[in-house]
Amino acid sequence: MQDLLYFSQQLINGLTIGSTYALIAIGYTMVYGIIGMINFAHGEIYMIGAYTALIAITGLASLGVAWLPVILIVALICAMLVSSSMGWAVERVAYRPVRGRHRLIPLISAIGMSIFLQNYVHLAQGSRNIGFPALIEGGFNFGSGDGFQMSLSYMQITIFITTLICMTALSLFIARSRTGRACRAVSQDLGMANLLGIDTNRIISATFVIGAALAAVAGLLLGMYYGSVDPLFGFIAGLKAFTAAVLGGIGSIPGAMLGGLILGVAESMTSGYLSGEYKDVISFSLLILILLFKPTGLLGKPEVEKI
Amino acid sequence: MAAHNLKHALFCAIITIIIAYPILGLNLVAQGTSVALEGATTATVINVFLAAVAVFLFQLFRDSIMGVFGKVPNLNPMAKRGPISQERRLLMERVFFVAIILLALVWPFIVSRGAVDLATLVLIYIMLALGLNVVVGLAGLLDLGYVAFYAVGAYTFALLSQYFGISFWLALPIGALLAALFGFVLGFPVLRLRGDYLAIVTLGFGEIIRILLNNWTTLTGGPNGIGGIPDPTLFGMEFGRRVKEEGNVSFHETFGIAYSGEHKVIFLYLIALVLAVFTLLVIRRFMRMPVGRAWEALREDEIAARSLGMSRTAVKLSAFTIGAFFAGFAGTVFASKQGFISPESFVFLESAIILAIVVLGGMGSQVGVILAAIAVTILPELAREFSEYRMLIFGAAMVLMMVWRPQGLLPMRRIQIELKEQG
Repeated sequence: MQDLLYFSQQLINGLTIGSTYALIAIGYTMVYGIIGMINFAHGEIYMIGAYTALIAITGLASLGVAWLPVILIVALICAMLVSSSMGWAVERVAYRPVRGRHRLIPLISAIGMSIFLQNYVHLAQGSRNIGFPALIEGGFNFGSGDGFQMSLSYMQITIFITTLICMTALSLFIARSRTGRACRAVSQDLGMANLLGIDTNRIISATFVIGAALAAVAGLLLGMYYGSVDPLFGFIAGLKAFTAAVLGGIGSIPGAMLGGLILGVAESMTSGYLSGEYKDVISFSLLILILLFKPTGLLGKPEVEKI
Repeated sequence: MAAHNLKHALFCAIITIIIAYPILGLNLVAQGTSVALEGATTATVINVFLAAVAVFLFQLFRDSIMGVFGKVPNLNPMAKRGPISQERRLLMERVFFVAIILLALVWPFIVSRGAVDLATLVLIYIMLALGLNVVVGLAGLLDLGYVAFYAVGAYTFALLSQYFGISFWLALPIGALLAALFGFVLGFPVLRLRGDYLAIVTLGFGEIIRILLNNWTTLTGGPNGIGGIPDPTLFGMEFGRRVKEEGNVSFHETFGIAYSGEHKVIFLYLIALVLAVFTLLVIRRFMRMPVGRAWEALREDEIAARSLGMSRTAVKLSAFTIGAFFAGFAGTVFASKQGFISPESFVFLESAIILAIVVLGGMGSQVGVILAAIAVTILPELAREFSEYRMLIFGAAMVLMMVWRPQGLLPMRRIQIELKEQG
C-alpha cells in the first residue's frame, strides 16, 4: 500500500511537470512543423512569460487587489501579451531575414537570440532568483496518518485543468478555424500554400505568437509551482520541452502532448527512485536514444529526403 | 501604401513598448521573503519610449531609408576590386601567420604579467576555435557540446595528476586522445542524425558530462572542483621557488638567475603558443588532404558526396574526432594554467562563445577564426565598464552576423587550380 501510494505520488508529480512541458513543446513542434527550424529562443520566451506574470501579480498586490481569480487572469493575460509580442518580434528580427538559407544559419541566429534574451532579463531584473508567491495553497491528502502520505495539491489540479483547456482550445483552433486550416496547409507545403493565396508570412508569425502564448501559460503555472524564477530557468525547461517534442514526433501536436507527459513521468520516477540529481541526465539520454532508434518520434511521420 | 505603412509602424512601436516596458521599467525587488515592485529610473523609461519612437520612424520611412541605403556607393573600397590572385592570397596569409607568430613570440617580454596571462587565455581559445572550426566550419556539423571535450581534457590531467602524479607532458597526449575517444564514441551513433538534431544531441551530451562532473563527488570533487594541479616542467626543471618533487631541480637555480614568478607565466604562455601553432599547422594540412576536401564536399551537398562513393560516417567521424582531440589539448593547457578546475568552467555558454568565435571569424577560415578569438577575448578586457553587457552584445552580434554576413568577417576561400588557356 505504501509503495503504491509512493508510486502514485511520483506519477502525479510527473504528470504535473509533464503537462507544462507539453505546453512549451507545442511551440517547438509547431514552428518546426512549418519552417523546419528549432526555435532555440523559445525557452527564453517562456522565462519572460514567467517574469511578466510575477510582475503583474506583484503589481496587483501592491494595488490592493486580493481576489484570486482576478489576479490569476490578469497575470495570465499580461504574460501572454508580452510573450506573444516577444515571439512575434523575435521571428521578425532574427528568423525571417535568414529563412530559407542553409540549415545552420537560422539555428545559430536562434542561439544568439536566446543568449540575448537571457542577458536582457538578467540585466533588467538581476541574476538572483526571485520568489514567486504561492497563490494556490492546500490540497487533498491520502494515506494513513503515520505512513507515507500522498498529496494532490490544488496547484497541481489547476495545472492539469489549465493545460487541458489550452490543449483543447488549440486542437479546436487548428482543426476548425480558418487560420488553423491555413497553418496545416503551410506545414504540408509552404510553397504551394503561398501559390494558393495564403499569406504564409502571416501564418508563420501566427505560429510563433500561438507558441509563445502557450509558453507564457506554462511560465505562470511553473513559476507558481516551483516558487521562484531566475533568468536561466528557461534554458533547461526549453531543452526538456524540445526533448518532449522530439519524443512525441516533431511537427505533431498530439505527439508533443504525449511526449511531454512521458518525459515528465520518466523524470519524476528517476528522482523518486534513483536520485534527483540525475533526472536531467535521464531526460537527455532519453533524447539521444529516441533520436538514434526512432528519429521520427512516437507519432511523427518519416521525412523523405528530397533531392 | 502610406496608410498601410503608418498602421504597421504604429503596430511595431506598440510591440516595442510591450516587450521592453514591463521587463525594463518595472523591477522586482526581494524584500525579505516577499517581492515588491519598483519603478526603474526615469532615464530607462525615457529610453524605452525613445526606442519605440525610433522603431516607429524607421518603419514609417522604411522604404525610403532602404532606398537611400541602396543608392549610397559601396563604402568598402575593397568591394570593387577583382578577386586577389590565389598565389597572392596564399602569400598574404603566410605573411599574416608569420607576423602574428613573431609578435606572439616577443609579446611576453614586452608586456606586463597580466597581459601575458590574458594572451595565454587567447591562445587556448584559438586552439578551441580552430578545433571547432573543423567540425562546424569545414564539416558543417553543428556541435553545441564542444565544451564537453574541453572538460574531458582538463579533468583527465587533473585526475591523473591527483591520483597517479602524472606530469603535464604525459597528460597532454593522454588528455587529447581521451577527448578524441569520447568524440569517436559519441560520434559513432549520432552522426547519422541531420544537422539540427545533431546540435541538440551534442548539447545534451555536453550537459550530461557537466552534470556527471558535478555529481560524481567521490571522483571529481563535485562543484568544489579539483585543485593543486601541477605546473608544467621544462626537462624536469620546476618553476616554483622551491622544488616540489624529488629528483627535480628548479629553473632559476639551474641557470643561476634570481627567482621570478614571471618565468612560470611566460613558460606556460610559450607552451600554449607552441601548441596553438601545432594545432594551426596540423589542421591546415588536413584541409588540403583528401579528407579535408571530403569534409567540405559533405557539407556542401551530402547526397552528391555520397553518390560519389564517400563514406558519410567515416568522413564526419574523422572531423568530429579531430575537433575533439584539439579540445582535449586546450583543456589540458587550461587546467595547468588555472591550477584549479570545476564544472563551472564547462557550461553551455562556453560552447556558445567558441561557436560565436567561429561564426564571427567566418566558418572555415583560419585567419578569420584567429582574429575573432583575439577580439572576443580581449575586447571585454579593454571595455571593463561594459563587461556586464558582454553576453548581451555577443548574442546580438551572432544574430546580426547571421542576418547580414552569414559567411563571417573573413570568409573562407577554397583553394582552386585554374587551367591556363592554351595559346
